[in-house]
Amino acid sequence: MAGAHMDVTDVAHLARIRLTPAEEQTLGRQLDQILDYMEQLKGLDVSGVEPTAHPFPLVNVMRPDEARPSLSQDEALRNAPAPANGLFMVPKIVE
Amino acid sequence: MLNTLTISETTARLQRREISAREVLAACLDQVRRVDSKLHAFLALDEPDALAQAEAADKRIAAGEQGPLLGVPIALKDVIAVRHQRLSCGSRILENFVSPYDATVTGKLRAAGAVIFGRLNMDEFAMGSSTENSAFGPSRNPWDRERIPGGSSGGSAVAVAADQCIAALGSDTGGSIRQPAALCGCVGLKPTYGRVSRYGLVAYASSLDQIGPFAKRVRDAAVLLGAISGYDPKDSTSVAQPVPDYSAALTGSLRGLRLGLPREYFAAGGLDPQVKAAVDAAVDKLRELGAEPVEISLPHTDYAVATYYIIATAEASANLARFDGVRYGLRVDGKDPIELYGNTRGQGFGDEVKRRIILGTYVLSSGYYDAYYLRAQKVRTLIRRDFLKAFETVDAIVTPATPTVAFRLGEKSQDPLQMYLSDIFTLSCNLAGICGLSLPCGFTRSPKLPIGLQLLGRPFGEETLLRVAHTYEQATGWHVQKPALD
Repeated sequence: MAGAHMDVTDVAHLARIRLTPAEEQTLGRQLDQILDYMEQLKGLDVSGVEPTAHPFPLVNVMRPDEARPSLSQDEALRNAPAPANGLFMVPKIVE
Repeated sequence: MLNTLTISETTARLQRREISAREVLAACLDQVRRVDSKLHAFLALDEPDALAQAEAADKRIAAGEQGPLLGVPIALKDVIAVRHQRLSCGSRILENFVSPYDATVTGKLRAAGAVIFGRLNMDEFAMGSSTENSAFGPSRNPWDRERIPGGSSGGSAVAVAADQCIAALGSDTGGSIRQPAALCGCVGLKPTYGRVSRYGLVAYASSLDQIGPFAKRVRDAAVLLGAISGYDPKDSTSVAQPVPDYSAALTGSLRGLRLGLPREYFAAGGLDPQVKAAVDAAVDKLRELGAEPVEISLPHTDYAVATYYIIATAEASANLARFDGVRYGLRVDGKDPIELYGNTRGQGFGDEVKRRIILGTYVLSSGYYDAYYLRAQKVRTLIRRDFLKAFETVDAIVTPATPTVAFRLGEKSQDPLQMYLSDIFTLSCNLAGICGLSLPCGFTRSPKLPIGLQLLGRPFGEETLLRVAHTYEQATGWHVQKPALD
């Protein structure tokens, strides 16, 4: 469903979220309203202003590349919805 | 009534052996049993585990050990990892998830001897301002159960205000500690970005998220902040800044302090007259106590809501990509992986989380990135500059914490934009990366609902905020008023 700003069906697909037709209607309308509100930023002069990605600019925080203890395979799989043979099961990808 | 104690009262009485950690915990658990069916602050409670911790604390006390949190029951928002406890983030998608490890703050609380108990309710993935977005039902405001407690850390605010614990931790991305603290009548502190490790905090918006304390008294917030702060090699964004003794900052003197009153906040359209009157009276009180209030300007205030909801949703869309139905959490099958992801996320996430992920995906998508995300990051620079410029002439900034007192359940849940605008006074602090604190400064007349005062401070200026808040608290008496829970 295409609104004034975005095609919510298309963006939901990019986000890997399957919406019902009713959700597409409601979310589409609400998101258009929110994006209308965002328009106010376009009236502001930001030429020459550096973007802030982080309040404290940090660069290249490094640690020694050493093996350290980590979760065991059992623990890492404990919350998996479909584990098998020590692996995560997924639907078939390659025919 | 040991559950009504503060942290400092609890530790003092434990040290004198007048009470045991087991008794304090039992009083908290009794209170949860008595009131939580009405308030719904707790999502889960592991009593045997909590009792074992209390017994261990009693042994440490008996062995002569002392500590600022030794034996003190502290409850955590369900977004902070505790090893082998549930970590649902208020979401169906993580309903059965059990954390394999402790967050850094959890480890620090354990080392300090705290008794960590309970998983506190929240808006799903910390997205919301009312806890109505919890997949497990909203929490209720202890002052009026037909009203929201605020959010997203609503359960933390309720549990502290209703004396179900001695203190609590929450997280604040755009006001999620300060707003519920204000609406429930307790003290809430969002530390400077980088002050507290985010390791083990389930990420919502990584450049904005911070963990912080909820407490009944400013002194308790100071103690708890000291216990959880510090550099952590597991969080590359934590800052290697020494952790001061925050309690030592509570000198009781405001002499020589300049406090900025941003005219944009006091002239805001939706500011409730009773809230404004209470904050004006608090400013008069601060002046009487020796501070010097001066008017200042934060000219980009009006752009904060739009800026925040672009940056936060963009970061959320990336962070929440990990919930894919493969490695952990809910899985709803499909014929191929793409369908499996779509089905899992479509059924596992609630409306607000879907709304924010879709919005965030859009503002980052090709063709829209510059117009929305990059532009918002530039406005973020302007908002941060406003604050740093203000702090050249003032030591802290004083504002209302929220434009209104607690609203009714359902009042804004169908109108996301109105809900977003209720965060208008708290968002800028996270965008600027500075620190903020909210504390009680009065009540509306009828119904009687708490009003919160917000203090904003320089990066790593928590000591000044705590000093101002403590002096004000001791000179007033708002903090001793309690909701009637029967």
